[in-house]
Amino acid sequence: MEAMKKITHNCKHATYLIEKKLIGRLTLRERIFLRIHLFGCGVCRLYQSQTQKINTMIRQLLHVSSVQNAGLDENFKKELQERIEDELNKN
Amino acid sequence: MLSDKNILNPHNWVGAHADYLYAYTRARINDEEQARDLVQETFLAALEKIGVFEGRSSERTWLTAILRNKIIDVYRKRSSGLRSVEVKQAEEEQADFFDHEYGHWNSEPAPKPFGIDEYEPLRSKEFDHILTLCLGKLPALWMSVFTMKHLDDESTEAICSELKLTSSNFWVIIHRAKLNLRACLQKNWI
Repeated sequence: MEAMKKITHNCKHATYLIEKKLIGRLTLRERIFLRIHLFGCGVCRLYQSQTQKINTMIRQLLHVSSVQNAGLDENFKKELQERIEDELNKN
Repeated sequence: MLSDKNILNPHNWVGAHADYLYAYTRARINDEEQARDLVQETFLAALEKIGVFEGRSSERTWLTAILRNKIIDVYRKRSSGLRSVEVKQAEEEQADFFDHEYGHWNSEPAPKPFGIDEYEPLRSKEFDHILTLCLGKLPALWMSVFTMKHLDDESTEAICSELKLTSSNFWVIIHRAKLNLRACLQKNWI
């Protein structure tokens, strides 16, 4: 019974395995653990569905912000090009 | 063929690439000033390497590769303080998520249904705002791992070797980061 409880009650490990499964691969032992745990644990099933959505959202947010980011201000750019010209003239 | 080779034109670097390189950096480094410095350092480092440019890639690809190495250096510095204060604080946040005997969810921090569950279009300004806020609370190292995984689609092995993490360190970081992030979203969802 105690051995079973270590699987059915260990949500901390189950959520760790859920994360690992999302972007990696589980060992056979880990897959069995997770299957037994999720069978009896609605809270971790909910965690699994939420965390999958969160990954999608992070992905979208990062890609969008990489396109939308404001540019550099013109003064900074002007000085930067001047600095480059200085370096070029040194050689 | 000589004519197929890409050539460098440093006189036009800033006009042609600075905004792109800056946006690339800002997506990966959440600090305007540090991002500007990295762009500047990239151009200066590139000037020193002009002689070894072989023309096999475009000017922009070549500059981006130099920048990318600099960004990874920043990430690496973050991971060298693996037990930094901000990591400790972030870990404390989740100290009571699970009971200490078996690791079962404690009732208060346990996942509950919230807006995210019936949210289908997956995009809105308000949500992006909350997500940005919650991501901003993560330790810089944890965020670096997310960025490399979700923006650059790097393999786990590549991330571990670039940041000098063991694979178990990597999974622990992903797990902890997601626990805090999910909890933050549940708490702040309007």
